[in-house]
Amino acid sequence: MGSKRTDRRGFLKGGAALAGGLTLGAVEPAAGQTPASGASGASGAMIKGSKELIAYGDRSRFVTSVRIAHGGRPSPDAFGLVFHVAAPLQDSVGVITPSSLHYTATTRGSYLPDIDPREHRLMIHGMVDRPLIFTLEDLKRLPSVTRLHFIECAGNRSSPNGKTVQETHGLTSCAEWTGVLLSTLLKEAGVKAGATWFVAEGAEEVKGASSMPIAKAMDDCLVCYGMNGEPVRPQQGFPLRLMVPGFEGIFATKFLRRIKLVDRYYLNYNDYGHLDQDPKVAALDYQIGPKSVITFPSGGQQLPGRGFYEISGLAWSGGGAIRRVEVSTDGGRRWNNAEIKGTPQRMAHTRFGYQWNWDGQETELLSRCTDELGQVQPSRAQVAQFWNVPLDPSFRVPGLDNSIQPWRIARDGSVHNGHA
Amino acid sequence: MGACTMGMLRILPFVLLLGVSAMAQSPTYGVGRTPSAEELRAWDISIGPTGAELPPGRGTAKEGAQLYVQKGCAVCHGATGTGGAAPILKGKADPKIAAWDRGRILPIRSPFATTVWDYINRAMPLGKEGSLAPNEVYALTAFLLYINEVIPEDQVLDNQSLPKVKMPIGDAYASLPDWKPKTRRLQGYPY
Repeated sequence: MGSKRTDRRGFLKGGAALAGGLTLGAVEPAAGQTPASGASGASGAMIKGSKELIAYGDRSRFVTSVRIAHGGRPSPDAFGLVFHVAAPLQDSVGVITPSSLHYTATTRGSYLPDIDPREHRLMIHGMVDRPLIFTLEDLKRLPSVTRLHFIECAGNRSSPNGKTVQETHGLTSCAEWTGVLLSTLLKEAGVKAGATWFVAEGAEEVKGASSMPIAKAMDDCLVCYGMNGEPVRPQQGFPLRLMVPGFEGIFATKFLRRIKLVDRYYLNYNDYGHLDQDPKVAALDYQIGPKSVITFPSGGQQLPGRGFYEISGLAWSGGGAIRRVEVSTDGGRRWNNAEIKGTPQRMAHTRFGYQWNWDGQETELLSRCTDELGQVQPSRAQVAQFWNVPLDPSFRVPGLDNSIQPWRIARDGSVHNGHA
Repeated sequence: MGACTMGMLRILPFVLLLGVSAMAQSPTYGVGRTPSAEELRAWDISIGPTGAELPPGRGTAKEGAQLYVQKGCAVCHGATGTGGAAPILKGKADPKIAAWDRGRILPIRSPFATTVWDYINRAMPLGKEGSLAPNEVYALTAFLLYINEVIPEDQVLDNQSLPKVKMPIGDAYASLPDWKPKTRRLQGYPY
């Protein structure tokens, strides 16, 4: 085990050095990168099969994309506590975030509970005709549903300090989730008249709990045991996570152990952060608005020169499916329809592309999306105008920030945060 | 159990023909078991605004002040509720300032005293969560409410008096949206 760790570290170091070399090489005109010399690999090196690699595959050592601690707070900290960790959206392709790279967040920092799934139980009680306890095996007997859904943290807020899309937007990810509709379980227990809210609670050390409207439970909440074709990962709530599609990520209760139906708002643990003075702001802290971001080219990346590029990005909304994505390559003067890749799913990341010929001049790239409800992603200026406040760098978008992210392309091909 | 489920599945189409209302309150799959009264009591730590779930017990701010030191609260939150590494527990400003402007401090900003109890009970102390006895949680709740001038030092908190504590925030907080499927997050907000 010890020697295996050393090997891994050796791999990572070598990979980082090689990746750096490749980046530098890519800036140069493509000497030595003809298809003939690139295809077979310069060294002819091979990777021998091993028991470990047969049992559980690894990615190439040349692929070094990793998550990073978010917001200047170390994860893990000196005590091994983990706070917010951002996904490397700049390297993403398609719409599924690999489970190992899916963002994670905990409000006060935490360890992971080491839960034996055979011991884990889910209780449904409160204002029901028949309180019920389910084992994992019980839940897997029931009709299952598989859906793509994003999760996004309320802290996913672009700031001028964010240099890369991982720093500005990395607190969102999208996975294929499998489980039982919460409505199936609630009908099995029998919902009593007068039940208007439910409390979902986890099994971790703080028993994190959130209150949600019962209408959401009956609409599309999923009690998930599966994620991206395997059991939900511990960092995502193994063995059970409640998916609350389109709501802020904190509602997606990990290590789900209890659902209680109640007749009023309960204000337990995680709900405290949603208290607000203004009902408008409180409303904007529930369902996530239409949002998109260009992942290539994005902050910190380097264009090797003028010419053709497919601009690529992600769009999503808590209001349903993405209907339209537009891209501007001239700082927002003209907007053009982007191509949506595949069929947009409700409350899921949607990949878009736009064909662009860069003329080598400084410019700004932007994207904005429209969802099935007709909600449109705004600029910061539009949001400030709605609230009738001056637009200055300190303006904070009320509720979850879904404003447009500009990326500035400099003449040397370097890409920068347009808010900086 | 299995035979019962099979039987129910067989009659399901006929019942559906007769009308959905007849099915609404009967289990469809018969999966899962009934929790015991003891399981329900032990698991149900969600304390709502009415305090219906509060266990028996009692405590005062004086007892809470001792526990605040004994249980190590002061190490992280400071000897007087301020000055530690963890979030402050006492409003720095004059209590005459509107509750909303006195900081994000649970014993001031929460509209329900039950939320303070619920929070301490499930999430404190750090690393020993869930280890406090009901009397200790009542006493620590009383201590935090006392240092923020919400209750007098000698007030006894128990499952009857705690839900009746009048919190400084009053009803000066936004009610939550009446969420419905396929609706905009805020009517009149285009974004």
